[in-house]
Amino acid sequence: MKIMVAVKRVVDYAVKIRVKPDKSGVETSNVKMSMNPFCEIALEEALRIKEAGLASEVIAVSMGPAQCVDTLRTGLAMGADRAIHVDSPATLYPLSVAKLLKALVDVEKPGLLILGKQAIDDDCNQTGQMVAGLLKWPQGTFASKVVLDKEKQVATVEREVDGGLETLCLDLPAVITTDLRLNQPRYATLPNIMKAKSKVIKKVTSKELNVEIKSDLEVVEVHEPPKRKAGVMVSSVDELIDKLKNEAHVI
Amino acid sequence: MEKWRISRHIVKRSSTSLFKSLLSTNFEKSINTSGSTYKSGRNCNPYVEHYFQCQKRHFQTCCHPLRDYTGNLHASKATNLEHICRIQYKSFGSVATQIQRNPSFSTLNSDDVDHFKKILGEKNVIQDEDRLLTANVDWMGKYKGSSKLLLQPRSTEEVSQILKYCNTRCLAVVPQGGNTGLVGGSVPVFDEVIINVGSMNHIISFDEVSGILVCEAGCILENLDSFLVNHGFMMPLDLGAKGSCQIGGNVSTNAGGLHFVRYGSLHGNVLGLEAVLANGTVLDMLGTLRKDNTGYDLKQLFIGSEGSLGIATKVSILTSPKPSSKNLAFLACKDYLSCQKLLQEAKRKLGEILSAFEFLDSQSMELVLTHLEGVRNPLPPSIYEFYVLIETRGTDESYDKEKLEAFLLRSMEGGLIADGVVAQDINQASSFWRIREGLSEALVKAGAVYKYDLSLPIEKMYSIVEEMRLRLGQSEKVLGYGHLGDGNLHLNISRPNYDDSVLAKIEPFVYEWTSKHRGSISAEHGLGLMKANEIHYSKSPQTVQVMASIKKLLDPNGILNPYKVLPHNILYPEA
Repeated sequence: MKIMVAVKRVVDYAVKIRVKPDKSGVETSNVKMSMNPFCEIALEEALRIKEAGLASEVIAVSMGPAQCVDTLRTGLAMGADRAIHVDSPATLYPLSVAKLLKALVDVEKPGLLILGKQAIDDDCNQTGQMVAGLLKWPQGTFASKVVLDKEKQVATVEREVDGGLETLCLDLPAVITTDLRLNQPRYATLPNIMKAKSKVIKKVTSKELNVEIKSDLEVVEVHEPPKRKAGVMVSSVDELIDKLKNEAHVI
Repeated sequence: MEKWRISRHIVKRSSTSLFKSLLSTNFEKSINTSGSTYKSGRNCNPYVEHYFQCQKRHFQTCCHPLRDYTGNLHASKATNLEHICRIQYKSFGSVATQIQRNPSFSTLNSDDVDHFKKILGEKNVIQDEDRLLTANVDWMGKYKGSSKLLLQPRSTEEVSQILKYCNTRCLAVVPQGGNTGLVGGSVPVFDEVIINVGSMNHIISFDEVSGILVCEAGCILENLDSFLVNHGFMMPLDLGAKGSCQIGGNVSTNAGGLHFVRYGSLHGNVLGLEAVLANGTVLDMLGTLRKDNTGYDLKQLFIGSEGSLGIATKVSILTSPKPSSKNLAFLACKDYLSCQKLLQEAKRKLGEILSAFEFLDSQSMELVLTHLEGVRNPLPPSIYEFYVLIETRGTDESYDKEKLEAFLLRSMEGGLIADGVVAQDINQASSFWRIREGLSEALVKAGAVYKYDLSLPIEKMYSIVEEMRLRLGQSEKVLGYGHLGDGNLHLNISRPNYDDSVLAKIEPFVYEWTSKHRGSISAEHGLGLMKANEIHYSKSPQTVQVMASIKKLLDPNGILNPYKVLPHNILYPEA
């Protein structure tokens, strides 16, 4: 069984982001970019499933401009067997990504499609669900535990939901999106980095996949959240109560 | 003082039993009559000869003041026995820390406090017990003073007025910043007035073209770095204590840090300094010029003087543009020779992009994994003999990454590296750095630590760790880690509690060993209180004498950070 993992190249989680002066978006030039943390977790889970002998191959997929190849290299260095880069200079929104993934799934025919639950740059949390809908596959989102049963061809997924944990049993092929507590991704070791140099990264375009990329969303404006006002030091309890009553109106 | 009485009895007992067979009766008598005080030395040269003679004696492995005792027995004069005062013991009750409060310093009285309140205002004169407690104890919890007063000046003018007053009143003071020092230099020994410059934390100016930053001495290093990041610059030094340490303290101790191998010493990066002398004179050496060869470069005296020549109030420092690409590799080597060869290769192959080269041994790794939270072994499951951290910084990410990976793969093929990982994002890089930077913290959590900071020739660096292990035996945890790129070893012995018999096996062996290999007994931590009497291991008597003259010139009453940096026998010679 093949496992396909979709990974996204985003602004590194630890970077302090700034909004571009023209408010059209976030400053991404000269800023460190890395693999989306949830995608790392997705890839780690796929690798663990493969190491448990339940899958034969892990394919990493990324979509975007040429620099996506860096993210794919990281994926290969972690242990993916091969990678596919869908070259697309334009910004891709979740529905377009989902359509492209469907096209790739139709070609590669994996038994499991694992994605991160959301990307940390847009926080959409839509791609996994959309692609499951397009493929008409069962989905287990916000997975915090995944157990595969090869003979019965089912995946038991424990999901983190608002009320607690929900356990679902999905028939394969299925879509799983990963949440934070699923696993701790491995580091890229030197031997694996060495092996990754000889692994294949295939490049395809949306045209070859027969997918039309329409921009159904348009970003109108991006601005920073209002700056937090400085705290006020009060000199006595009476003044505090006065402020709470008359200024903040909370008592 | 009362608190130490119990430990004093223990000390007295242990010291007398230890030395009964070895010492003359005079010595014992003087211990019992004068309440175990000792006299400080006189003139340097004859003393030093005595000193070195004493080295050869049988009891050389024991504490220094007692060694001083026997050395000076013959010259013992009545005058010094008159100056009997309270005895200060360190909190772990080691015999090696017997010092006497200098009686020429006055004691604080309420008039003094009122005067300070007039200068600083009520809020900045602190006599509250709890706040004094934190200011009186150093970061490791090893040194405890008993100061009754903490002052928080907000400007150079206030510092000047405080010092002027203290000088006329002959009140000893301790300059204090972030209190993160590791040799007891930032806390009082007895009741010195603590002058904490933490409130002087404004950034005065920053020139984006030259990268020259002018700020007050109380600015926290990490805050300066955050300020500079917005302008695309960074501080030339970085250390584990960056969240608490202040730039004034960094300059006064000539801090080294993790990027020393790339950006060099503060002696080169500090362009100007404003310092206040003991008599209140404000020395404005706050230049912002890269080159200025007009006269003697006085600021160099203050850099690394550990607050004993003046209090730094403003610093002008050269910062570098922040490199946009950072790469970090965490590597495992099977022996120390591979680490050395790796350093050679890294300097050659990585050249200008190399910004840090650190190492730690297997015992350090085990300690960090045990005592620090949220830390995991980057190369599971085994623990290798040595780990090396290599960081590169440059302007082109993909070029640097390729260069680093090519270097690493070649080193691996060459057998220098057993295994390794390369950080793929900033979080991974931080977690690797945490392992190395968190060592001091883990050591403090593990209990008591005997900490030594040595500069040694790189080939010999790890030999001292191995010899110390042989010397102390299997039961003691001896760790070696440090800035391999600069030839700076941090030797640490970690135990559940302090034990004088273990200390006796460590000191002065470690200093003698270092001296024998022409190393420095304090590479970057400074002398402080811990090594105040050990300078002779690394500096000649003549140089120490000149240092003492300079100290006398700039601080005739010796009120600035007394009992530290220079040996007591030189600081307080008999009149």
